[in-house]
Amino acid sequence: MGSRSSHAAVIPDVDTIRRETGFSQASLLRLHHRFRALDRDKKGYLSRMDLQQIGALAVNPLGDCIIDSFFPSRSQRLDFSGFVRVLAHFRPVEEESPGIRDPKQPEPLNSRMNKLRFAFQLYDLDGDGLISRQEMLQVLRLMVGVQVTEEQLESIADRTVQEADEDGDGAVSFLEFTKSLEKMNIEQKMSIRILK
Amino acid sequence: MPSRLFFDNLGAILTYAVVGTLWNAFTTGTALWGLQQAGFVAPRVQAGLLDFLLFGSLISAVDPVAVLAVFEEVHVNETLFIIVFGESLLNDAVTVVLYKVCNSFVEMGSANVQATDYLKGVASLFVVSLGGAAVGLVFAFLLALTTRFTKRVRIIEPLLVFLIAYAAYLTAEMASLSAILAVTMCGLGCKKYVEANISHKSRTAVKYTMKTLASCAETVIFMLLGISAVDSSKWAWDSGLVLGTLFFILFFRAIGVVLQTWMLNQFRLVPLDKIDQVVMSYGGLRGAVAFALVILLDRTKVPAKDYFVATTIVVVFFTVIVQGLTIKPLVKWLKVKRSEHHKPTLNQELHEHTFDHILAAVEDVVGHHGYHYWRDRWEQFDKKYLSQLLMRRSAYRIRDQIWDVYYRLNIRDAISFVDQGGHILSSAGLTLPSMPSRNSAAETSVTNLLRESGSGACLDLQVIDTVRSGRDREDAVMHHLLCGGLYKPRRRYKASCSRHFISEDAQERQDKEVFQQNMKRRLESFKSTKHNICFTKSKPRLRKTGRKKKDGVANTEATNGKPPRDLGFQDTAAVILTMESEEEEESDSSETEKEDDEGIIFVARATSEVLQEGKVSGSLEVCPSPRIIPPSPTCAEKELPWKSGQGDLAVYVSSETTKIVPVDMQTGWNQSMSSLESLASPPCTQAPTLTCLPLHPLGAEEPQAPLHLPSDPRPSFAFPPSLAKAGRSHSESSADIPQQQELQPLMGHKDHTHLSPRTANSHWCIQFNRSGRL
Repeated sequence: MGSRSSHAAVIPDVDTIRRETGFSQASLLRLHHRFRALDRDKKGYLSRMDLQQIGALAVNPLGDCIIDSFFPSRSQRLDFSGFVRVLAHFRPVEEESPGIRDPKQPEPLNSRMNKLRFAFQLYDLDGDGLISRQEMLQVLRLMVGVQVTEEQLESIADRTVQEADEDGDGAVSFLEFTKSLEKMNIEQKMSIRILK
Repeated sequence: MPSRLFFDNLGAILTYAVVGTLWNAFTTGTALWGLQQAGFVAPRVQAGLLDFLLFGSLISAVDPVAVLAVFEEVHVNETLFIIVFGESLLNDAVTVVLYKVCNSFVEMGSANVQATDYLKGVASLFVVSLGGAAVGLVFAFLLALTTRFTKRVRIIEPLLVFLIAYAAYLTAEMASLSAILAVTMCGLGCKKYVEANISHKSRTAVKYTMKTLASCAETVIFMLLGISAVDSSKWAWDSGLVLGTLFFILFFRAIGVVLQTWMLNQFRLVPLDKIDQVVMSYGGLRGAVAFALVILLDRTKVPAKDYFVATTIVVVFFTVIVQGLTIKPLVKWLKVKRSEHHKPTLNQELHEHTFDHILAAVEDVVGHHGYHYWRDRWEQFDKKYLSQLLMRRSAYRIRDQIWDVYYRLNIRDAISFVDQGGHILSSAGLTLPSMPSRNSAAETSVTNLLRESGSGACLDLQVIDTVRSGRDREDAVMHHLLCGGLYKPRRRYKASCSRHFISEDAQERQDKEVFQQNMKRRLESFKSTKHNICFTKSKPRLRKTGRKKKDGVANTEATNGKPPRDLGFQDTAAVILTMESEEEEESDSSETEKEDDEGIIFVARATSEVLQEGKVSGSLEVCPSPRIIPPSPTCAEKELPWKSGQGDLAVYVSSETTKIVPVDMQTGWNQSMSSLESLASPPCTQAPTLTCLPLHPLGAEEPQAPLHLPSDPRPSFAFPPSLAKAGRSHSESSADIPQQQELQPLMGHKDHTHLSPRTANSHWCIQFNRSGRL
């Protein structure tokens, strides 16, 4: 395991990735190690199959959605930087006062907005920037056990969209989405401690 | 006991067990001695420093029995539970060694103790603990090896388990090693193999018997404690000693825990926070071990024995009763103080669940637990050598965790399904009492829903109380619906180490459901991308196999089912497949583009079948599938284009544990089905050949099977429920094993019913039959 340190050189564009995602060197190494472990055929990139092989994802109702969110639109390959970029959303938010941060720089990937945006994209299956009732229904269906009937599901979806929808267009935009979740502690709910 | 969690946290457990116990013993002993020097302890308690150290060593050990009893009620998170419980198990060695060492020092007299004796004492600690563990492992190996061969003598399996485990205990005792460690290691070491080897019935027998015995033993111990307390000839009271002890054990334990946790958090991935520390220090209950040890003291050597006895009794009572009773409110209070209290909107509730699921999924991707280099190495070693040696061959092939869970779910689900009377009526006119099944009940009323949510339902009293208007009531309904219906994300799982309830709980049922849906969805998405290819090619082949009718049916069903389920997933190689060899024998080997055209065929068969059938025919060029050999890492994983809108899915059953799940699901169902046929032997050990023959006749009957299972309440929502039902039905057949006698005549009919090619189920069903023929 002492050979770990030599891996830093193997990660392509490690500096760009670090700047973009804010991961520490150790975390990046760990993630690279994990990336290589998942990439069983040593292709250098991950395919959906590789991710589907993770057994625990098969019993996660949103497992397939998550897998899809890793892959940028319609591509079949996931390289390391893409992998890390998605995971960067889940870094814990550092406790710093907003005044210090340089306003010119783009928001760090793990900011509250970006976390919410990630979740929003998960709901918004067709990528049009709105969560329609259909999409809400679909996600609901994924998450709910078989004993809930279709009518009940539909009414829940209706109510959910109704609650969040403010401008009355029957769909939830990103802003409305954020508004409906303003009380929730997103920073905590969407952070994984080990990804410092 | 969850062994995986145990080994994950082994560092922490060992630290608390060894370092913590030593710390407790020394500080308590010394403090008590100091107390005596300061005069708070009456001089009639004649004890020197060594005596106090001896006392400290026996009073400082956390007791596993008491811990289990209390923590069961408290439902702390699993990590915390396993740390405290593991600590209580492993500190036995330390306690025993310390006790013996101090005892011998006391007997020698403090003047005679030399430096070498201290060293010997330390050395004996290692000898006792490691020796005990070694003894346990030896017996574990023996047990696992023996159960491998008990296929024909199932009845002695529980007996073997008990006897060999007890033998481990006795051997360790004989050699003056740590007996508790021996038994613990024996259990931990052999669990995986024995579970795979012994029959379902034996497993149940062992589990229930041990729980009963454990309950009895515990009760007896505490009765003994109580009776001794009443018998005043055995003890003598000294207030200073008693109060001092009580105070010190709490105080020093708290300090010890804080220090150790601070140190451990530097190294742990998931740090232990303050609440955990409070629970850990408060949850250090003393129990019967302390009492037994104090009774064993020799009064001539330790004149203060009676005082020690009294103190021990008081301490044990106090910790178990007071601490045990108050720990639950304490935990609740601590948690409640931290969380905000506002009525969550429907949105928030839903999104919270989503986020939890997302987080769990990402954690899995990141490999939250999967990093450990040594564990990987160990698993490789285990897979290659140990498992082959110790597990029955058929069990070895199908040992995958998910399948295991799935299989157990099947069985239990089926049992409960049948218990409820089941609404499946066979053509023979089965007359089980027709209580409403889960499906029909679910759609009747909200009250049913509430009832069904069971104890896990969120008693969102706020919601109920403020129901004033129709909208509010609707709100309430939805909240409860969600609470009952939503899948619970991983974080909310409670510790499952209950002594009294052996339930594998809703989590597993949920896992199974989700699993089925996921698999089905993956299949669908895969299918949807390529189902246009070579439709015709499949036809002739299928005609040959005589499945055309079913396939046609399946096809239409499938296409019907697809539109409402368009989840917009991208084309994915949803399933890792390898070509099935024998299936292709019939097809034209001349087709050169076989490689691209071959359908993905689910081979619901065990690998050894293929092994038996030897190297594949020419058509096998299509599939580089000779990677049948289980350990081969390059098992053929060809993504093959989907072929024809129905069940030509072939997935190799590979025995690698982390293989594609659908494979294992097939295996699982295959096993369920084969178990149907094999009356005598339980599913796990089904000889592969049996899968072939019996399924054949079933295949022929498929077309006649009723296409509509009675009482299908939701025609619009075809897939998951039907799949779930099929899953349940399949499992139902496998459930037959425990209830063979009663349901034997039923099984045949049930088969047909459930093998009806409904929607996507047909794919799986069909595949069974296909493979069955070969």
